[in-house]
Amino acid sequence: MAARILPRSPLVRYLLVRLALIIPTVLILVTVVFFFMRVIGDPITAAQGGRLTPEQLDVRRAEAGFDRPILTQYLEYLGGLFRGDFGTALTDRREISEVLVTNGAATLELSFWALLVAFGVGVPLGRLAARYRDKLPDVSIRLFAILVYAAPVFFIGLLLKLLFSATLGWLPASGRAAPAVSIALNNVSPKTNIMIVDAILYGEPEYIVDVLQHAVLPALALGLLTAGVFIRLIRINLLETMRTDYVTAARARGVAEGAVVRKHAFRNALVPIVTVMGMQIAMLLGGAILTETTFEWQGLGYILSQYLLARDFVAVQGIVTAIAVVVAVTSFLIDLINALVDPRVRY
Amino acid sequence: MSTEPVLRIDRLSVSFRADAGAVQAVREASFDVGAAEIVAVVGESGSGKSVSSRALLGLLPGYATVTGSATLDGEELTGLRGEAVRSLRGRRIAMIFQEPSTSLDPVRTVGWQIVEALRAHRRMSRRAARARAVELLDLVGIPDPAKRVGSYPHQMSGGQKQRVMIAIAIACEPEVIIADEPTTALDVTVQAQILDLLRDLRDRLGTAIVLITHNMGVVADLADRVVVMYRGEVVEQAPVADLFASPQHPYTRRLLAAVPHLGHGAGSATTRGVQVPAATGEARSPDVTPAQVPALAIRDLVVEFPGRLGSPAVRAVDGVSLEIAPGAVLGLVGESGSGKTTIGRVAVGLVPATKGTVEVFGDDLARTSAKELRDVRRRFGFVFQDPAASLNPRASVGACIAEPMIVHDEGTEASRRAKVLELLDAVELPTSFAARYPHELSGGQRQRVSLARALVLGPDLLVADEPTSALDVSVQATVLDLFRTLQAEMGFACLFVSHDLAVVDIVADRVAVMSAGRLVETGLTADVLRTPKEEYTRALLAAVPVPDPAEQAVRRRARAELPART
Amino acid sequence: MTAIVAAETAGLEGRSPKRRGVPGVALLRSTHGLQRGMLITGLVIITLFVLVAIFAPLLAPYGFNADRTADGEIFGTQQAPSAAHWFGTTVGGQDVLSRVLYGARTALMVILLAVALSLVVGVPLGLVSGYVGGRLDRVLVLVTDALYAFPSLLLAIVVAIMITGGRSTPAGGIAAAAISITVVFVPQYFRVVRNATVSVKHEPYVDAARITGAKPRRIMFKHVLPNVSQTIPVLATLNASEAILTLAGLGFLGFGIEPSAAAEWGYDLNKALSDATNGIWWTGMFPGLAIVLVVTGVTLVGESLNDVLNPLLRTRGGGTTTADEAEVAAGDATDEERS
Repeated sequence: MAARILPRSPLVRYLLVRLALIIPTVLILVTVVFFFMRVIGDPITAAQGGRLTPEQLDVRRAEAGFDRPILTQYLEYLGGLFRGDFGTALTDRREISEVLVTNGAATLELSFWALLVAFGVGVPLGRLAARYRDKLPDVSIRLFAILVYAAPVFFIGLLLKLLFSATLGWLPASGRAAPAVSIALNNVSPKTNIMIVDAILYGEPEYIVDVLQHAVLPALALGLLTAGVFIRLIRINLLETMRTDYVTAARARGVAEGAVVRKHAFRNALVPIVTVMGMQIAMLLGGAILTETTFEWQGLGYILSQYLLARDFVAVQGIVTAIAVVVAVTSFLIDLINALVDPRVRY
Repeated sequence: MSTEPVLRIDRLSVSFRADAGAVQAVREASFDVGAAEIVAVVGESGSGKSVSSRALLGLLPGYATVTGSATLDGEELTGLRGEAVRSLRGRRIAMIFQEPSTSLDPVRTVGWQIVEALRAHRRMSRRAARARAVELLDLVGIPDPAKRVGSYPHQMSGGQKQRVMIAIAIACEPEVIIADEPTTALDVTVQAQILDLLRDLRDRLGTAIVLITHNMGVVADLADRVVVMYRGEVVEQAPVADLFASPQHPYTRRLLAAVPHLGHGAGSATTRGVQVPAATGEARSPDVTPAQVPALAIRDLVVEFPGRLGSPAVRAVDGVSLEIAPGAVLGLVGESGSGKTTIGRVAVGLVPATKGTVEVFGDDLARTSAKELRDVRRRFGFVFQDPAASLNPRASVGACIAEPMIVHDEGTEASRRAKVLELLDAVELPTSFAARYPHELSGGQRQRVSLARALVLGPDLLVADEPTSALDVSVQATVLDLFRTLQAEMGFACLFVSHDLAVVDIVADRVAVMSAGRLVETGLTADVLRTPKEEYTRALLAAVPVPDPAEQAVRRRARAELPART
Repeated sequence: MTAIVAAETAGLEGRSPKRRGVPGVALLRSTHGLQRGMLITGLVIITLFVLVAIFAPLLAPYGFNADRTADGEIFGTQQAPSAAHWFGTTVGGQDVLSRVLYGARTALMVILLAVALSLVVGVPLGLVSGYVGGRLDRVLVLVTDALYAFPSLLLAIVVAIMITGGRSTPAGGIAAAAISITVVFVPQYFRVVRNATVSVKHEPYVDAARITGAKPRRIMFKHVLPNVSQTIPVLATLNASEAILTLAGLGFLGFGIEPSAAAEWGYDLNKALSDATNGIWWTGMFPGLAIVLVVTGVTLVGESLNDVLNPLLRTRGGGTTTADEAEVAAGDATDEERS
């Protein structure tokens, strides 16, 4: 049956099946969000409820087609998505696809910096903690991990602002660049919306420094949160692989302890680590909403919470759908990486 | 054998620190290993045989304390740390582990792991090391080594993986190889090949081998000298022939007496220890009279399991027909993957038959309604392989045994309790055990509880899946004795699934041999095990090491003359 | 943050119990040294938190929403800490100390409600889905996996909006927040319980019950559930800390409980954000520290629980000596041939 249609190589077959799984995942999320949002009513009423008379609302609803059966609207929405049409925001009339590109770039930039911090802090500390299990380094690192996990990202952000911005005055408290820099960078062509790239393209060293300075605090706040998770993840998985038979066997053939950890324990621990790190991307996006709000970083999370507060559900739906696609694609990429790390998946 | 020992262990003790105080795992063990000598260290669970050898390589966790002395060519090993112990491992003393599938790093090719072993101790280029890895794979009998060097462990069979482990062990030509249960995880035919390989390596390379094992057949096959350990102490050591011929220590005698010996089982009725009562003696008659409804009748059974994503279904059982007369015991034997366990599971209705029929006392399992099936199940008993896993850890022993009565709504609270006590008594456990929990019991005790639960409803058919293979030899002997006694008393029919021909020899009236899902041969135990008709059965029988060095030497030579099997 | 739960409960599935009797004492006994220190610290913090939550009206000098004393004297806005207002006053002119103390009350209620709701929905769902299997199981796994992969905070916001319809009533506020958090948690409980069930359901002792002829319901609740349930305390504790963070996140973004309905730390932190830029530290510092303290306490207990219950992570210590001995003497302990 299915065996005949699918290609022979198990890896390709596995990846194709996995790729096909993206579709139901996205579909489920889109559906859940669509109907959750519509339970309250149509977007026009939600957004303009207090401001317009019932008659005006009816007219607007009919214009936008929100008076048709919900299923029709749902199918039409899905159809639009297939064509790449995410709709237009009700409140500020922006094309959602345009929002996704500009604000998405900002979130991408923040995520990049944050991941840099998370890897730079999390991986070495996690390995250190596993290596010195139950000794002082382990205990202090674990406490650190618990603390950065326990502190909400907006509280860490607030503390960072208090210290580095309000008290010491070293770093800017919010935004992605100084106003003058923002205006100047608007004229860069091609404009990537990724500030640091734009600044480099512009070629003004002062602007690059300004952009970097603005990124430090948000990256730290979001990055430390993620680092806390990485530390715990790496520690636990390393401890688990450290007690496997093949690690003992490697020791028994005279491999030095450092190489045992690096080449056997860590490499094997990577499979679960990569998997959870992949999920972490979704968490990062969640954390980005808070971080962006804290630092007024004009990313996807920031704009999403603005639209949410304005009850602009057309915009919200579009952005959430995009996030769902990112999440689904990320989890596919994770499986792809795992297939490369773990030969048992490959063959 | 030279007079000067290579490895000398002198009053070696190992203890583990714990909150409750130190646990002494090894007490003042002393023995020597000569050059090119194979010394078997034997003992059962908790004897300290593995711990003592790991202590030599410093492979014990940090909370273990090692005292006493172990010297390699006069050089002290205990107390070595850091680089000193690292450079010793693999270069001078190498180790082979029990479980080849978990002892090889799954994400590295086998060649990579051999190269790693080489380069840990020798300055050699990657290329030279890889060439040497191919040679080593060739040496340990891996076919097409130049290609297999790039394989991952999961692409190899268990036996091949153990060969790779051996290749890693001999990579740096160590003086001593410690082989910790090297064949325990392997099928008996593969075991025979690995034992041959080890013997061959000793002969060719002159490596001394410390063989840690619980299997007296393996000892008889391979060892020159035997060290017997019991509860952390060395109780006896002697050349292998002497030990088997005239064991000195009571424990050794007990151990040897407990080992089932292929060819000394029930098939030859004279050696059968339990008298068969006259009443059931007739039921024991191996031939089913046509009038009798068989206890279990399997006809043209096919069992398939769905394959993974897009791959074809796996056929575990392929057209098997079996019958067990009421009161008779059928031993179902075969190697891993032969389908014997699947048949056991089909017989109790855990796995549905893909094709064919399974009838229990004339009731077709597939056709009976759910309600009727419950009544059929009343007549079943079953015992699983792993006594630790087959009792609900959250239920007391009493509750476990009473469970079938509760499910079938039998008796009152009081009568059930009485029945539980009666059965505990029958399986020779103190009645106070009813209040205990399974984890508080030893393996043998748990298996007795399993047996009690299986028999609580007075079944007419018992399905036992490897009931003793998780047990130590001496415990196995007592459980088998108990089984035979109860079977004789209660007269139930039994499907006894086992990989151990010697055990089947003891308990079964008839034997069915399986291979790759098919029935190879079936007949009276004595006939099948003494005068097998099929090539496969002959090879299987020949591969079983018997606990008698002289007899085993003869068998080994005879096996060498058997045509090679693929 | 669900990642942590996933990582930490990975090894927990379907292990056999070793302890009986009073859980707290046995738990303390099975720890040692540092671990015991962590556990005790965590328990002390939680006790403190619960006491504050219960006695908030007695402890707090003012009401959480009051901006003047009983005599009608106005506190003033953004007042620095003083004898009258130990933690200062907020931008809205409320006493920070009182809001922090009352905030414990809100947090506790939401945690209890959210964890209880998730247990009631997630555990049976996971048990039945895992045991029965088939198409229903596949669909449920697909749906929960999709929800699980989605940013949890975002999901909670969407549900919060859906429930309140944009309007929050005082009584519904806490319930709405709890339900929003529940929706995030149910997939987690479902996954853990389902996977544990799947791994337990083919254990020989479950097969044994099946062969005996026990009905599915008896097998599920008598044989499977008790052996699956030891994963739940760890999950519930780790979730409790996540609940606090999610609640604070909701409040911070303005989707939580109405500020006039109950004191909530996340909301206060949001209002304190602009203060921080001006160097006013007390409005944000105290609610923030309250969150950190409670989450740390709960996490410490969760981690200790996990370390004790997770056989893969156990170290030497009371009651674990035999396990360690077995580990070392692996060769001796598992002397059996495979079938």
